[in-house]
Parts: sequence; structure tokens; C-alpha cells
Amino acid sequence: MAAFEPVLSRNWNVPDSRTLKVYESRGGYQAARKALTTMDPDQVVNLVKDSELRGRGGAGFPCGLKWSFLPKDRKETLMCINGDESEPATFNNRLLIEEDPHQFIEGILISCFATRASTAYVYLRFEYINGHRIMEKAIAEARAAGHLGKNIYGSGFDLDIWMHRGAAAYICGEETGLIESLEGKRGWPRIKPPFPAIEGAFRKPTVVNNVETLCCVPHIIERGADWFKSIGTPKSYGPKLYCVSGHVNKQTCVELPLGVTCRELIDVHGGGVWKGRKAKAAVPGGISMGLLSADELDTPLDFESLRKPGCLGLGTAAVTVIDDHTSIVDYLYNCARFFAHESCGQCTPCREGTNWLYKMVKRIKGGNGRIEDLDIMLHMANNLGIIPGTTICGLADGAAWPVKNGITKFRAEFEEYIRAHQNGPDPVTPLQERIAQGVTAVSSSSPLLPVLNGAGGPARLG
Amino acid sequence: MPADSITKTAMLPESIREKIRAFIPRYPSKRAVTLPALHIVHEHFRCVPFRAMGEIAEILEITPAEVHDTMSFYGFFPQAPIGDVRVWVCRSISCMLTGGEEMLEHACHQLGIEPGQTTRDGKLTVEFAECLGICDHSPAALADDGRIFGPLTTEKVDQMLDTLKDGPKPEFVD
Repeated sequence: MAAFEPVLSRNWNVPDSRTLKVYESRGGYQAARKALTTMDPDQVVNLVKDSELRGRGGAGFPCGLKWSFLPKDRKETLMCINGDESEPATFNNRLLIEEDPHQFIEGILISCFATRASTAYVYLRFEYINGHRIMEKAIAEARAAGHLGKNIYGSGFDLDIWMHRGAAAYICGEETGLIESLEGKRGWPRIKPPFPAIEGAFRKPTVVNNVETLCCVPHIIERGADWFKSIGTPKSYGPKLYCVSGHVNKQTCVELPLGVTCRELIDVHGGGVWKGRKAKAAVPGGISMGLLSADELDTPLDFESLRKPGCLGLGTAAVTVIDDHTSIVDYLYNCARFFAHESCGQCTPCREGTNWLYKMVKRIKGGNGRIEDLDIMLHMANNLGIIPGTTICGLADGAAWPVKNGITKFRAEFEEYIRAHQNGPDPVTPLQERIAQGVTAVSSSSPLLPVLNGAGGPARLG
Repeated sequence: MPADSITKTAMLPESIREKIRAFIPRYPSKRAVTLPALHIVHEHFRCVPFRAMGEIAEILEITPAEVHDTMSFYGFFPQAPIGDVRVWVCRSISCMLTGGEEMLEHACHQLGIEPGQTTRDGKLTVEFAECLGICDHSPAALADDGRIFGPLTTEKVDQMLDTLKDGPKPEFVD
């Protein structure tokens, strides 16, 4: 195989890579010019279809196919770019935005031309504060240079890009949750169908794509579908930004052909497991994808291969390494706490289920677990999510997977932990004692009552 | 409503109202400006007071309940002012594995506060956060002016707190 040449990250180490001048000097906006002046929108859609570019946001849905679901007779199309990137351990989109904003804008421009969208909203998570500043500046620069605005390159195509900032909610990364949030409501995912391509934001045909997906598009225009398909593994083509963090010597984000093994990512690109230790397990693509055990680390990280070891999928391709000094209980506790915190509360099995899972693993961690808790948790996990058909969106599936993989693959360790950590029953609280004695609890100006606007309350302790 | 009665009773100054109205042409519906408006008000007051919600609703021609519904969904907008700098210490998987929880505990201990509270001098609010997307810096913290701190150690947390007490300072200014 020919040596792999990074394209998505090719400008990252170039000085002033954020500026239009540097981007243009390295061939920037040539692909957009080519698409807008020599191709018609359907040709672009077909080219992206031919490349078999699959969405980089987590689900891996074919991008060109998604675009072709838009109604043929539509009057207006909206583009939403998902920059909510909140899957734990994922930060590739942040780097794409911060290091090379014009590549991203060029990707938006071509994709909007292909889908005939004249307005694009970049939904960016609030925490990407520098990314937001960088994007606002880059958009202004691109507009001043005629890459955005009216009649771009004399093609008759108009485009406005607006930044829309989130407010720290994981659920807004779900595409219909994102749409609801964009509309000014709580980020509650919608029941599908209708799919966004038919009825999305503001009830108009809408395309929702991930940042990295759109950053691939200029390169496909420039180099062709065959080039794209020459990279990667069957059904998983093209370059991919892999993040690796946790117990490695070098926490980093690196561009590689799709299908690199988890072991190569850890040993070669992450500099090996830290402190000379061994890996006990690794999270393959954000915590919602589940867990690989140490003997499954040779699994290729692509859209297809991760199903074999029982993971949910590639997800965001963000690997977190867990060393052999870490208790698997701590891993599951962290995952369960995350999903209990981030469940939006719309579907009862998720709202209640994620919290039950959290409480059970918390009890195990605290030293009052029972062996049968493991089976109860597995039973709950098997009935939680889109796959068993009990929720509207996939957040709950993501909550279930660490439980399923964790307990199945590390059952012995969980059981050993439970046996070794038995504190006996919780101490009786004074209130429980009073109730047992039949004394009526008297509450007078309890400091625990909520206080409006924080005035005089415990909110501003110092 | 006549303009002078607004100036007498309104909480939001005209400059803030103007900033909010400037977002309206970007969207097919005024309600879509809810989040931008909340961010603008939050940046101005360091919180979103109850009365401001009503005024946002008036500008966007929706009900105060709709603004409140959206605002309260995101655990982001406090109703009482936070400190001059808000700092989030990450507790999600990669940061937890590399010591994030200990860093949060240490930061709070040094300041004598609990996560989510503000120091008595009003300079700093420390909160836990789920993944901040800066895992290449794990264990990491993020200030609301954009500054990223990490990989943290207890000494580096002390330095971070000292730096942050000097007030907000955007990292990327152009």
C-alpha cells in the first residue's frame, strides 16, 4: 500500500493555518471553485455518493445517500453542521475548527451547493470558546473575499453561514435534538420519521452533517472518489481523525486510514501505555460504543469490524486506554454517571434507567453491591434504547453498551470486587431513627429548602 | 409600549436588546434566538435573572414560560450571578482516569467551596463538567474565557487558581 498522506490535518502545523491567506496559498478554495463553476449540484452529490463517504459523527450513515433523500421539488434547504462534539474523549472536530477553519468552511460551501442550501448553521458546543472566535473571524474573512455571500464565483449560488452556540447538553449532538435546540427549544430528539431531509429545522428539508464529514468533501472533489476509496478498509473508506487519550504516554489526535487497529493506535501513535503498564481495556470510539478487552485490541477501528467483539460501532473513533491498575468498577461508574447526567428526560426508560444503572454501580462501588445486581443491570441494559425499541434516540443504547460489554467481559472482576467490598448495611440516619420511634419530624426554616434567585441562600458560600 | 416606560422598568439595557435583535434575521423564527439571547444576557449579567427572561420573551414574541423552559433545560444558565471567571474541571472518562476527580477536589478544597459554588470574593466559580473535548490535555480544566489548563497536577491547579483570580483574559484575541 502506498504511504498514507494526511489531508484533513495537512495544514495543522503550518504557521497561521487559520488565516485565509495561508489556506489559499496551499490550494484552498480551489475545490469549491471547481464544484461551483464546473459541476452541477447533482454531480457533486453523485461524486460524494461514489466515494462512499460515511458520516464521521458516530452512526456512519453514507453522506451522499443522506443528501439524496432531500425532496426533488423542495423550495428551500437548510444545512446544519453538528459541532456539538460531546462524546467523552472526542476532540477531533475541535482541532479541525481551531487549526484549519477555512477547510471546514470550504466543505460547508461545497456541501451546501450540492444540496442547494443557502443557509448553514454551525451548531457548536459552548465549550469550544476559542473555536467559536476562530470561526467567526474565518467566516468574516471568507465573506470579504467572496467565498461566501451572494453569487459566489459568479455561479449564482448564495450562502450565509451562521454560528449557533449550544449550552452544554450532550443530547444536542443527536441530530433532531440539535434541530430542536436550534429552534430555541429544549434539545429533545424527535420521533422519526419524518427524517430531517423531509422535515427538519423550521419544518424545512434539512441536512445535518458532522464537521469532519464535511471537511472530507473538498478533498473528494479535488482528488476524486477513486482516491478516497483507495484509503481504508472495505465499507470504511477514507482518512479518519483518531483521538487517543487516557492511560497513554501521548494523548493526541492523529489522521490515519480507516481501519487502523486499536493496538497500533495505542502503541505507535499514543506512545504506549503510560508508566510502563499494560492495557486492561480500551474504549473504542467514545464511551457509548462499549469496551474492548486487552485481548481484543487487534480489532480494526472501522465501521464494520467493531461489531465482532460486541461493541456498538466505531462511534467517534476516540480511543480511551484503561491500564491494568484501574478497577473496572471505576470505569463503569464513570460511564453510568455520565449518561444519568446527560439523559434529556424525555423517554422514561432512559430517564429512569440511566439513573437506576448509576445508582446500582454506585452502590457496588460504595461496598454494598450484590452479585445479582450484575444480572439486573444486564437485564436493564438489554431493554434500554432504540435497538430494543424503548426510546426515541440512541443515547440510551450508548448508556447500555458500557454495562453490557463491561459486565460480560469483566464479570469475574466485578464479582470479586463485590465480595471483597461489603460494608454491611448503611448506618441508620437520625431521621430514620425518629420515624422508627414514631416522632413527628418538625421542620422549621430548613436551610435545605430552595431559595429563589440564590438570595441569602447557600449558593454563594465562600 | 412607549419607549420611556421601557427605560423606566426594563432590566435589559438597550445595547443588549439591540444585540439580541441583531440575531433575528438569521433564522426563520424568532424563537430560534432564545439560546443566543440567553447567552447575551448571561454574558452581561453573569446570570439570567428571572425578569430578564420575561424581557427576552417580549423581544422574541414568545411567552416567558417558553424562555424559562429552554433556559432550565440546559444546566448552563444560573439565575444568581456567578464569579468573574467560571472554571470547569472535567470528570469524564479520560480525565477521571488521569486524576480529574482529585483535581476538582483539590481546587475546591483550596478555595473552601463545593463544586458549583462561587468564592466569597466573587472572583471564581468552580464547577465539574462532563467531557469538555480537551482530552489531549487530560486531566483538564476550561475557563469560560477560553483558556485551557492541563494536564493538571495539584501544583498546576494552584497556579491555575492564582492566574484565574486575576480575572478573565481571552486566550485567542485577534
